[in-house]
Amino acid sequence: MKLGSSLIIGGGLFALAISVGLLAPWLAHTDPVMDANLMNAEEAPSWVWWFGTDGQGRDIYSRVLYGARVSLTVGIVSQLINSVIGVALGLTAGYWGGWWDDVVNGLTNLMLAIPSLIFALAIMAVLGPGLTSLLIALGLTNWSFTCRIARASALSLKRQGYVQAAKVLGYGDLRIMITQLLPNMLGPIIVIGTLGMGSAILSEAALSFLGLGVRPPFPSWGSMLSEARDQITTAPWLSVFPGLAIFLTVLGLNLLGDGLRDILDPQSRSRRA
Amino acid sequence: MTSPPLIEVENLRIDLADRSGRVAAAEGVSFRIDRGETFGLVGESGCGKSITALALIGLLRHPLSIGAGTIRFDGRELQNLSAAEQRALRGNRIAMIFQEPMTALNPVSPVGRQIAEMFVLHKGKDWSEANRLAVEALADVRVPAPERRVKDYPHQLSGGMRQRVMIAIALACSPDLLIADEPTTALDVTVQAEIIELMRNLCAERGTAILMISHDLGLVANVCRRVAVMYAGRIVEERGSADIFRAGAHPYTRGLVDSLPRLGSRAALGRTRLTEIAGVVPAIADFPDGCRFNPRCRLATDICRTTAPEITPLDAGGLVRCHHHA
Amino acid sequence: MLAFLIRRLLQAVPTVLAVVLVVFVLFSVVPGSIMSSMDGDGRGATDAQVMERMRKQLGLDDPIYVRFGAYISKLAMGDLGTSFRTREPVTSMLAKRMWPTLQLIFAAMTFAILIGVPLGFIAALRPGSLADTLSMVVAVSGLSMAKFWLGLLLMYLFALKLGWLPSFGYGDGGLKYLLLPAVTLGVSPMALLARTTRAAVLEIMTADFVRTARSKGMSETRVVKWHVMRNALVIILTAIGLQFGALMGQAVVVEKLFSWPGIGSLLVDSVLQRDIPTVQGSIFVVVLFFLAINMAIDLLYGVIDPRIRYS
Repeated sequence: MKLGSSLIIGGGLFALAISVGLLAPWLAHTDPVMDANLMNAEEAPSWVWWFGTDGQGRDIYSRVLYGARVSLTVGIVSQLINSVIGVALGLTAGYWGGWWDDVVNGLTNLMLAIPSLIFALAIMAVLGPGLTSLLIALGLTNWSFTCRIARASALSLKRQGYVQAAKVLGYGDLRIMITQLLPNMLGPIIVIGTLGMGSAILSEAALSFLGLGVRPPFPSWGSMLSEARDQITTAPWLSVFPGLAIFLTVLGLNLLGDGLRDILDPQSRSRRA
Repeated sequence: MTSPPLIEVENLRIDLADRSGRVAAAEGVSFRIDRGETFGLVGESGCGKSITALALIGLLRHPLSIGAGTIRFDGRELQNLSAAEQRALRGNRIAMIFQEPMTALNPVSPVGRQIAEMFVLHKGKDWSEANRLAVEALADVRVPAPERRVKDYPHQLSGGMRQRVMIAIALACSPDLLIADEPTTALDVTVQAEIIELMRNLCAERGTAILMISHDLGLVANVCRRVAVMYAGRIVEERGSADIFRAGAHPYTRGLVDSLPRLGSRAALGRTRLTEIAGVVPAIADFPDGCRFNPRCRLATDICRTTAPEITPLDAGGLVRCHHHA
Repeated sequence: MLAFLIRRLLQAVPTVLAVVLVVFVLFSVVPGSIMSSMDGDGRGATDAQVMERMRKQLGLDDPIYVRFGAYISKLAMGDLGTSFRTREPVTSMLAKRMWPTLQLIFAAMTFAILIGVPLGFIAALRPGSLADTLSMVVAVSGLSMAKFWLGLLLMYLFALKLGWLPSFGYGDGGLKYLLLPAVTLGVSPMALLARTTRAAVLEIMTADFVRTARSKGMSETRVVKWHVMRNALVIILTAIGLQFGALMGQAVVVEKLFSWPGIGSLLVDSVLQRDIPTVQGSIFVVVLFFLAINMAIDLLYGVIDPRIRYS
């Protein structure tokens, strides 16, 4: 793919998802939860019901619009938590080294040994379903890659002249880390963060699909698909639209991440895909 | 007239494509090498000597390409040959040794196999016969216990041993021309002499001509009968090796000769810097007008800054490209 | 080799212990006592005396480190406890579920390798071509799809519309039943392998030894077959090892979707029913499997890359 085109397509798709989420109350035809009417249950897509209706007669189009709110909130907030944890641990571990570095390394290895979706599943099991639980579960389980990158760049940056100079000038550790180190590792961190948002959205969908996400009846793309599974023979359109929404949003984030990588982190092309 | 030369390069221009278009990384390059002859190409890094070598063996890859001129090998123009015909020459009749023997060999393939490939590719041998010939080839380059060494991987060999393997690969098919691009630069000084000696002897036995490329004028003059000096993409002087030392005609050549610490002492010729010439080689995009050496030249006058000198024959034999040549 | 293996096994012990500890602590802080979850559906023991006896039996009144010690010492003897739900030993439940999960994961990885690696090669050898663009579009799309959505679509098409394959279940465990879940699970590692392979091959094609190979008069096909492939394999193998972790996670969803009787669906069911010993046991087995795979990959490196020696 041409440089730039993935940035534009990706950014466009992501911007579309954000505006859909923000403008849902104005774009939606009906209330996503309350307007259930068994009279119009399982209507196929038409001019009246753009994406069809579900078994309880709710408008899928409206529910998909509102579903964007859950997916994007979880994607953005949980990835922010991950980035903050990863940068905080990696930066300090790389800068201070010593026993703290060993501790952080041990934690990272632990995180890598448990598949993150399974870890998130376990946390959801403890906390119970709900949006806050989702944010915590997904925000605590996907920081290891960010941490490694932050640690590696802190290690190499701290030997640079300007950092040594700042030390000699008597800058505090925290000040050096935030003003000297952090800005120089932001590129790759942003790239990982963008890609991480996509995988957080996929994980949210998976957890909601398993019945461990947002509580019904409030719509989330994952829980809509979970309900759709039982009606796949009679109402296959229920399975199409929420999945397509996930696909386009995550595709947007992945393309955006790839595009950003070419700009912000040019030497990484040889690093793991 | 003597017999036709083995290789004849005429007015070769090599283009470098970049964002703004094409620039000539080398131009007006002409020389000839006879059968069994030894010819050297000397210059600082970036002068165009290595890309000239790559052009001869047909390995220029984007962003480099041949822009103009001809390369005739054994009477045939290389650019007119099909890809398959070129491959049949490559390795078989024109072979090449590269500078860095660590990275030039495949790290995950046994060295014997990397030699044996030559016999499979060009001599129609099957693998078992090729492997037997690989042992012989290793013995030829004086590698001890070759029947065991063929199973070794490159990282298990020393730098000198790896370069012997490279020579074994290059000479496997007894080529007509061996291009050696800085063959000893990456090696210890003590090993350099052995490798050069080995390469020279083996080529003499096979009647293989050598095109030796190096930044080290002393080394090249020691190996080669004739030497061409390149500067900023152009050949500035071409002479017999003895003449170039005695009376270099181009100011750049004289600078090179003066920068050699002790003549004839091969051990001291490790990695000489051109301390006698102020300044550095300009980047390809910044080649100056007129004579490209003028900003660094003590003899430069107005004409040198405006008009590029033509290559002109010297009375004593040889060629030079200078308005003020001695 | 053996010494290396033993050292790697010893290195894995702290990780395994830490995982067990994390999972154990996690479920010790469950809001509400474990007993209330046992009796959540009203069928359990409600009698106060019975409750009291069971708490004693299960040692739930002991401090957490005593309970953890007891758990670890039982674990060392291969006892993962008893399921709250079925009253069956967790070990035997896991044993029954092991084979279907292994089948699914290896089938998915086989699919991913057979499609992803050639796709990456084709893309890298013709950079910028239609094939390159197409295969990278496939790769990015594969990464962006929710696995269960793809599964639902495949199920709808191949099982319900065309009727070629069963829509769910394990059946006799044959290929017919395996195909849809394995492809569903294999799509994202396939996509990642395609991207990794492409990047690896592109990088190797610029290596000096590739130039040497060309100087020998080799055709590009032979350059790739004789010199690029094995070098790329080292990188691809790393990617495969990393993918197994994600695969174990995704297997949970795919097994649930296709009602596949593996460890993943056991884990989900146990989580939903708060059957904590089974949840702990399943996670333990998953982690062990993942560590074992990575150890196997490390050993394979030695076979492919001669520069690695286990001394």
